[in-house]
Amino acid sequence: MSNEPRDAITGSKEPQTKTREARIGTGGVDNRFNSKLREAFGSTPFILTKFDKFMNWVRGSSMFMLQFGIACCSIEMMHTYAVKHDLDRFGSGVPRASPRQADVMIVPGTIVSKFAPRMKRVYDQMPEPKFVVGMGSCTISGGPFQEGYNVIKGAEEVIPVDIHVPGCPPRPEALIYGVVKLQESIANGETSPVTVKPYELEQFGDLQRDELVEKLSEDIDEETLVMRYNWADSP
Amino acid sequence: MSSQEKAPEGDLPETHGVDYDALEELLGDRVIRRESHLNAEGFVIRPDEVAGALDLLRNDAGFDHLSMVTAQDYEDRYESIYHLTKYDDRTQEVSVIVPTDLENPTSESAASVYKTAEWHEREAYDLVGIDYENHPDLRRILLPETWQGHPLSSDYDQDKPQVVTLEEHVNPVAESQEDPDSDTMFLNIGPHHPATHGVLHVKTVLDGEQVADVEPDIGYLHRCEEQMCQQGTYRHQIMPYPDRWDYSSAGLLNEWAYARVAEDLNDIEVPEYAQIIRTMSAELCRIAAHMLAVGTFCLDIYGDFTAIFMYAMRDREKTQNILEDLTGQRMMFNYFRLGGVVWDLPEPRDEFFEKIRDFMDDLPGTLEEYHDLITGNEIFQKRTIGTGVIDAETAKQYGCTGPVARASGIDYDLRRDDPYGYYDELDWDVVTEDGCDNFARLLVRMREVEESAKIIKQCVDLLEDWPEDERNIQSNVPRTLKPDADTEVYRAVEGAKGELGIYVRSDGTDKPGRFKIRSPCFNNLHSLEAMAEGEYVPDLVAALGSLDVILGEVDR
Repeated sequence: MSNEPRDAITGSKEPQTKTREARIGTGGVDNRFNSKLREAFGSTPFILTKFDKFMNWVRGSSMFMLQFGIACCSIEMMHTYAVKHDLDRFGSGVPRASPRQADVMIVPGTIVSKFAPRMKRVYDQMPEPKFVVGMGSCTISGGPFQEGYNVIKGAEEVIPVDIHVPGCPPRPEALIYGVVKLQESIANGETSPVTVKPYELEQFGDLQRDELVEKLSEDIDEETLVMRYNWADSP
Repeated sequence: MSSQEKAPEGDLPETHGVDYDALEELLGDRVIRRESHLNAEGFVIRPDEVAGALDLLRNDAGFDHLSMVTAQDYEDRYESIYHLTKYDDRTQEVSVIVPTDLENPTSESAASVYKTAEWHEREAYDLVGIDYENHPDLRRILLPETWQGHPLSSDYDQDKPQVVTLEEHVNPVAESQEDPDSDTMFLNIGPHHPATHGVLHVKTVLDGEQVADVEPDIGYLHRCEEQMCQQGTYRHQIMPYPDRWDYSSAGLLNEWAYARVAEDLNDIEVPEYAQIIRTMSAELCRIAAHMLAVGTFCLDIYGDFTAIFMYAMRDREKTQNILEDLTGQRMMFNYFRLGGVVWDLPEPRDEFFEKIRDFMDDLPGTLEEYHDLITGNEIFQKRTIGTGVIDAETAKQYGCTGPVARASGIDYDLRRDDPYGYYDELDWDVVTEDGCDNFARLLVRMREVEESAKIIKQCVDLLEDWPEDERNIQSNVPRTLKPDADTEVYRAVEGAKGELGIYVRSDGTDKPGRFKIRSPCFNNLHSLEAMAEGEYVPDLVAALGSLDVILGEVDR
């Protein structure tokens, strides 16, 4: 490169039009907004729809995901967000670090007893309407760790789940399919989350008094939030 | 050459030049009796003499690395085993066995001699229920504080209900959290936080901008890996689990840890051809794992999904494609079998080799690109050089291994120091750096990618020229493996994060009696306090990122 000024500075003072011409042609009319759809509307560019239907469509078309990594599946989830798979192509690839800004929570991994109350709290912090995608076998049943003494037998024991994506871990393609299915059902206003015998966060004082509660009552305040696991009843 | 170190006549363990008689003399009347494990001799020590005995072994006999503490219960006693070795010579090993009675399982803590024992003993207390006297802080580490019972002891009833609390954490330094005059502030980082690489909770106390006290609170991903392995049969049922310890695509490295220990326990030979395949595929895994480490570390430093993260993901996709061709899986490979691997390289072999070679040829250019973006970046240098410093002596105290130790100038790599697989036949170097800081740890990982590439290239050359009728991928292994009762062995391999060891005690059945995992991340994470205290908050995050902990492996 020489130190000479560029042609654009020393040459003609006419405006540069190369980019514009490439985009809208030499006709001079920008038809970027005049899509085929617009043409179909003709001279009355209005449509009549139900507000609910419109809102559902909007909701399904732009979803913010909670940036939420738990276990092995979160690695595949990162791949889903990253190059090659690029979940953003489907209008749902903006990971938000704060639950207050998120619409969808992908639960990517095994949930254990110590983490379940935290996950419940994070879920509660998300604003309505909120949706959950269970990723991998652990969120279905505990997966390979189902027999573990510390493992919750599926995300549905703690929070409602809209879509399950099976696999250990599911491929990024599978997760994309699951998310797109969720978007589809949201746009159709169809989601019906399922919860199985949920473990709730409750105050320690509200628990039924039994041997275990008596024993712990010295260590735990009445007002402390607790989650009680009845392992014997787990599926 | 093969991972098999055959036991000499009479089933005596291979001594590797350790003079056990001299050690016995050194320990004097603290020794009750001697036991033989497959990897080393063990000295049975009285429970009130632990610190004294370990101190002698450490300072007078040079066993400066407490690799792991295993706790287990028998019908008549509890037992803690301290697996000792040396940073200078990994093949020299000795075990210190401390039995305690059933009614009152109390033994002296080793935390005064080895810092790393602090966490190991907390875990032993948590899961098995042994009390350690003089331990500075004996609390549960993996399970919630309110848990009842010790799940790996034999009298534990898994069906009993448990209550777990969701509490605000109390500032351990300030008098009261509401105290307006208090100088310190308590800050929870995690368990749901983008910078913690999973579900880690770091209790941090800040004095202004500086970190006054830091305590990692782990166990949010404790999914009972040891219990799962104890319920599986040796032959096939255990191998899928190692994939899920260090899940940063490092599956084959972990599988090798189990393969190595089970092959030693059952005296299985591995054909040379299979060893080369293992070496090649394991190093591909190391590249994938280090790429993830580099990508997420930069994510922590720059704070967003930037180009480096995407580049790292792109290169991981390439390795994952190759590994998928080989194993059929992107992450959870389940490819190793005892005595070899499950199937041969995919046909057409030329195409497969071509694919690996293409990747290897691109790698130097890719790494150059990384260096442009990362190590040459002034902001990055400012954030990482001279922060998160840990010197070699401290790192040894914490039992650091892998890139964390090598970045502090500790020349310790099991692939060379305790050779297994095909590593000692190949030409490669152990990477060390003297920086001791976050930057050095990143550099070590990036240079190790180059070394791994060197190894892979040599393996590909060997595999290509291997005669067609000698492609033996598996030796004959009995359908059911039942090692003799009370055979004990501890073996380790160099995982992506460091020394990944497994202790197995057989009980005469086809399932292990005790299966204990030594996780490198667990020890490396313990050293966070040494790196972060006194530094600024952002440096804490940088140090955590540079440790490259995978919580699945920390909590197991």
